[in-house]
Amino acid sequence: MSEELNKTKKPSEPLFSKKNKKLVTDPLTDNNPITIQVLGICSALAITVQVEQGLVMSLAVLFVLLFGNITISLLRNLIPSRIRIIVQLVVVASLVIIVDQLLAAFLPDVSEKLSVFVGLIITNCIIMGRFEAFAMGNKVWPSIMDALGNSFGYAWILILVSIIRELFGSGSFFGIPIFGSPLPGEEWGLYTMGYMNNNMMILPPMALIIVGVIIWVQRSRNKELIEEH
Amino acid sequence: MKFLEKIIHKHEPKFAKGGKLEKWNPVFESFTTLAFTPALVTKKGAHIRDGVDLKRTMMMVILALVPCLLFGIYNTGHWEMVAAEGNRNIPYLADFWTKVGMGLKVVLPLIVVSYASGLIVEFIFGVIKGHSLHEGFLVSGMLIPLIMPADVPLWMVAVATIFAVVIGKEIFGGTGMNIVNVALTARAFLFFAYPTSMSGDNVWMAGKEADVDGFSGATALGDLATFTTEKMTVAGADVVNQTSEAAMEAFNNSYSMLDSFIGMIPGSVGETSVIACLLGAALLLITGVGSLRIMLSFGIGGFLTGLLMNAIGTNPYMDLPAAHHLLIGGFAFGAIFMATDPVTAAQTATGKIIYGFFGGVVAILIRVVNPAYPEGVMLAILFMNVMAPIIDHYVVQSNIKRRLKRLKTA
Repeated sequence: MSEELNKTKKPSEPLFSKKNKKLVTDPLTDNNPITIQVLGICSALAITVQVEQGLVMSLAVLFVLLFGNITISLLRNLIPSRIRIIVQLVVVASLVIIVDQLLAAFLPDVSEKLSVFVGLIITNCIIMGRFEAFAMGNKVWPSIMDALGNSFGYAWILILVSIIRELFGSGSFFGIPIFGSPLPGEEWGLYTMGYMNNNMMILPPMALIIVGVIIWVQRSRNKELIEEH
Repeated sequence: MKFLEKIIHKHEPKFAKGGKLEKWNPVFESFTTLAFTPALVTKKGAHIRDGVDLKRTMMMVILALVPCLLFGIYNTGHWEMVAAEGNRNIPYLADFWTKVGMGLKVVLPLIVVSYASGLIVEFIFGVIKGHSLHEGFLVSGMLIPLIMPADVPLWMVAVATIFAVVIGKEIFGGTGMNIVNVALTARAFLFFAYPTSMSGDNVWMAGKEADVDGFSGATALGDLATFTTEKMTVAGADVVNQTSEAAMEAFNNSYSMLDSFIGMIPGSVGETSVIACLLGAALLLITGVGSLRIMLSFGIGGFLTGLLMNAIGTNPYMDLPAAHHLLIGGFAFGAIFMATDPVTAAQTATGKIIYGFFGGVVAILIRVVNPAYPEGVMLAILFMNVMAPIIDHYVVQSNIKRRLKRLKTA
């Protein structure tokens, strides 16, 4: 039966078929790695204090996931299934080291702020999850789409959370003061009227609460996402 | 009243199902049931005690809070005057009505802001979800101003109230579904979000503290926290020779047990007077709204931990008499009005005792062992709120196990 199927050669799929497009759009909303699968939470909580860090982190994950997915997808028929996790780890680890070195070389201050969290991309469940669940069983092009979709899904949550946290926690956006300056003696803007930065926004628990609120909004918009008890 | 009833009946059809203003039914219903018993009460069945509406239970708690509120208004006025003159020795009862006026000017806006911001959120959720207004906020809205420092900016109260109602309650499904106490969520939010406005020496007295040498607006707990450091101070003055005896004596001069019991000490608006709290507790117990188990075990837990600290006694703070611990800060207020919140407390009889006991233990532990948080009652109750379901689970399980054993042996 299966031989027969193999013999009738399938017409090659167009690059942007509905199925491929879905690989990109699904992780953005209804199958978001952070809000629905609840993966990669630790980095989302730790480094979203400022938009800059959130953006750089998203780009790092995009890089690792994209090239990792391509590599694993190319090697998928060569990797013995018994040692596949080790092989996947080797791929992630080498990519993460490349990213880490690049950041240290070109963006030293951001690299310092992100500290261990760049290295911890290795343990980011989203990456191993996509390798294991997708790249191991799919061709290169769909794997690229999958990597793009998942890292964009990760990125928009990260950037949204970090925009909220930086705006209310430090009163700025990308380091540009929005509400004025709270420096004692030379206050301006809202701070002269008694406004204060919200210190809780800087603490990681607030990121958890913001992610929780995003999940809440998402689930109340799409009732299918609510699990049965 | 008849007149009001007539108006309500006239407009009722508009808000009923299919009416012109159907969407606003939650708002209409909330206001009418505030004045009249709802037409829809359970006639028989599920009630164990009586058919009392949730709103009436809540009203009872608010009535119980009245002594604290009245005392709080006067006390706030007194300490505002003290701060303005920079003199802690003003006779407590002098200029009675001036102080009442000053207190009202501080406390009333707090109450108005707390109720307004909280009820707006409740109305929005009521209209979105199509249910009637949840009454739970009636009590939270009263508790929030009573646990704020007198000097807190009003916009912070509004932000904290909105945060507490949305994140503390609505996100879990509204009144009766919340995991942590809403009023304490508001306070904890402010405590971590705006620490300079919620702790320290300058927030407990309304208005600006006079720039007098040796004057400080510190509270009893704030002074006690300095006892664990190198530089012990009481009410702004350094302790003579920095000995622990001198520290305790100076502390007793400023905040004697009697003063603390009556409530003549600076602190959050409504928490200082133990007498007022006990009056409220009596009302709660008589009407069966509050749980005696929780209140007592909370006090016992705190007292025993205080004794334990006395036994260790490595710094002057640990030497504070255990009974004095129960009289200062928000201990009595927390034990009576916060820990007993029927939604967030443990539900089983044994569970309530365990819950209260450890609440008291944790409260004193945080106070004495961690000087970064001068008052531990808030964090202790929030912590026990989170633990309550686990406590209940094990109490129920052990009950099942015990009965199963009995069944097997029989």
